[in-house]
Amino acid sequence: MQVYMDNNATTMTDPKVVEAMLPFYSERYGNPNSLHKFGTSVHLPLSKAIDQVYTGINAAESDDIVFTSCATEANNWVLQSVWIDKVLNSDKNHMVTTEVEHPSILATCKFLEEQGMKVTYLPVNEQGIVEAHTVRSFITDKTALVSIMWANNETGMIFPIQEIGEICKDKGVLFHTDAVQAVGKIPVDMQAVHVDFLSMSAHKFHGPKGVGALYIKDSQQLTPLFHGGEQMGGRRSGTLNVPGIVGMGKALELATQNIEATMALIRSKRDRLEDALLELLDDVMVVGDRNNRTPNTILISVRGVEGEGMLWDLNNALIGASTGSACASEDLEANTVMLAIGADSELAHTGIRLSLSRFTTDEEVDYVIEAFTAAVKRLRAISSSYAKVGPTPGGEAQACDLLYLHDKCD
Amino acid sequence: MAKDNLLGGSLWDAYSNKVTTLMNNPQHQGEITEEEAAAHGNKLIVADFGAESCGDAVRLYWEINPETDVIENAKFKSFGCGTAIASSDVMTELCMGKTVDEAVKITNIDVEKALRDDPDTPAVPPQKMHCSVMAYDVIKKAAGLYKGVDAESFEEDIIVCECARVSLSTLQEVIRLNDLKTIEEITDYTKAGGFCKSCIKPGGHEEREYYLVDILADTRRQMDEEKLAAAADAGALGDFEHMTLVQQIKAIDAVIDESVRQFLVMDGGNMEVIDIKSSDDNIDVYIRYLGACNGCASSTTGTLYAIESTLKEKLSQKIRVLPI
Repeated sequence: MQVYMDNNATTMTDPKVVEAMLPFYSERYGNPNSLHKFGTSVHLPLSKAIDQVYTGINAAESDDIVFTSCATEANNWVLQSVWIDKVLNSDKNHMVTTEVEHPSILATCKFLEEQGMKVTYLPVNEQGIVEAHTVRSFITDKTALVSIMWANNETGMIFPIQEIGEICKDKGVLFHTDAVQAVGKIPVDMQAVHVDFLSMSAHKFHGPKGVGALYIKDSQQLTPLFHGGEQMGGRRSGTLNVPGIVGMGKALELATQNIEATMALIRSKRDRLEDALLELLDDVMVVGDRNNRTPNTILISVRGVEGEGMLWDLNNALIGASTGSACASEDLEANTVMLAIGADSELAHTGIRLSLSRFTTDEEVDYVIEAFTAAVKRLRAISSSYAKVGPTPGGEAQACDLLYLHDKCD
Repeated sequence: MAKDNLLGGSLWDAYSNKVTTLMNNPQHQGEITEEEAAAHGNKLIVADFGAESCGDAVRLYWEINPETDVIENAKFKSFGCGTAIASSDVMTELCMGKTVDEAVKITNIDVEKALRDDPDTPAVPPQKMHCSVMAYDVIKKAAGLYKGVDAESFEEDIIVCECARVSLSTLQEVIRLNDLKTIEEITDYTKAGGFCKSCIKPGGHEEREYYLVDILADTRRQMDEEKLAAAADAGALGDFEHMTLVQQIKAIDAVIDESVRQFLVMDGGNMEVIDIKSSDDNIDVYIRYLGACNGCASSTTGTLYAIESTLKEKLSQKIRVLPI
């Protein structure tokens, strides 16, 4: 058996989505900007996809949802264009974000800091979220933008977007949320929250890769990132990714039409997996209150077992999971989320993320419970953390100071 | 960046088969108890290096024959990734049968080489070379415990890049001899900084005592100071060709004041030194005539010859005088 438990990284494209996309490759391949019938004949399916996306997040008619190539593009667009619109061309110079954002936010912030933007990176509490009152206290007269994720990719923890939105509205500050891990996983209702900009990505909810969108409240000003062919009403140039947009619409419809029931289904499997691991294994810890988590995510710390080693054993068992361990990254840099949670520096090296989907089966959950516990058993047998014979006096190791890694995230 | 780098390579694909095999099934993983060591009449040494909070930790067990100092049995325990476990395993194997003095000579490079499938292909990708360093450090720790000395006493030199084992003195020498100006050049010449990159500048994977950026800056500064000191000596010795530009101007002005200017002034003229340009073959002194010299026929013939030959005689045969 092989089991995919890395659905926060990407998901399987739902075969129903692929089926909806297929006609738009070799049959209905016209460019929607063309005047002839090859082009115009794709307008109807595109309109349908647009409707599906508006419905999926309950956007109003007066709002824009502009399709992009991915959420990274949407995130870059908001941050870079707010810099142009509100900082270069007005008297603001500041934005607020969190330490645990996706790299497409954090790296863009670093880039804007080099251009002269002042950025406040808010810390998270031991639950891994930013509290709304913290956001309020860091907004100043100079603040142009608050950018805070809806749900975290590593922990699944859901941020208080409604409260933060109200604070931003009160203070007259633009509010952007990277909702990549929320849209399609939990209810997202744009008429119930005050959000100016929202980024999303199709491949996180069983849609295709290479397509995302930016929601823009009330069609408000935001200088385009891409200039050219005046597509998307001039907001985002580039020939429309017709199969991608059709696929995204279909995928969001499938993910949201019975979202409460789908969430309950995924949650029951996730909770069973989490409960089993917590019961079968000593010295393990799961990050964050499960009632405030996306229903598919578990971030579990396994004492004495390094994350990459654990992934290795899971991979040998044909299970795909993820770790924030520095050892598993190309550049040996520890994951900022793990460090920002801060309660336990060991978590930076022992955290394993299991993320389920609506396609995860009970058999797969059973298999993962078995393989996970077997891997922990094998690696703990090798682990120095579980050795019985202590070091010769004087042979003890010095504790490690991870502070310098924290400094790097400031 | 080029075609090969468009897709981030998979870390695990770059592991040798030996690394994979030993990670899946380490041969020397385990513990040795005091009782077992005592039963063989041997001394048990247990040394730790690293910690779980650092991301990797290893515990090394040596059973040493006190008569011969030979490590008769060795085991390890490791908290770490695949390469850390495989490195610890091969390090433990390399220790066995050696005396403690022989074992301290094992380096992380020996450990990495022992993990290779073929001699010319690295066993681990560059950023994982770091994992083998801990295997080396724990040997020093164990040997220090056995001999009752500090582990650092086994280190003859200050190691700046632990992955490639490049010492401070080597780096300073290579920078000087090859006139290196960038970190990339240092990595090309010595391999230092080419692996986990911690030693390049502060803020990397681990904190270091010495960083390549500082060593480069300090060595370059020393080289500049030495160059100036040499020039100052040249000035003091009257070695015109090795003087700095300022010293050369002063020396030329001094000669002109002493031997030339008075004759020009007598005829209602004067001159000034504008610039000096040195090449391998010539030192070109650019001058400008003032007053009556300006436009005087002799200024491009006899007078010019007189100025040039005076400077040649007193300062350097390479001098050419060029009026502008």
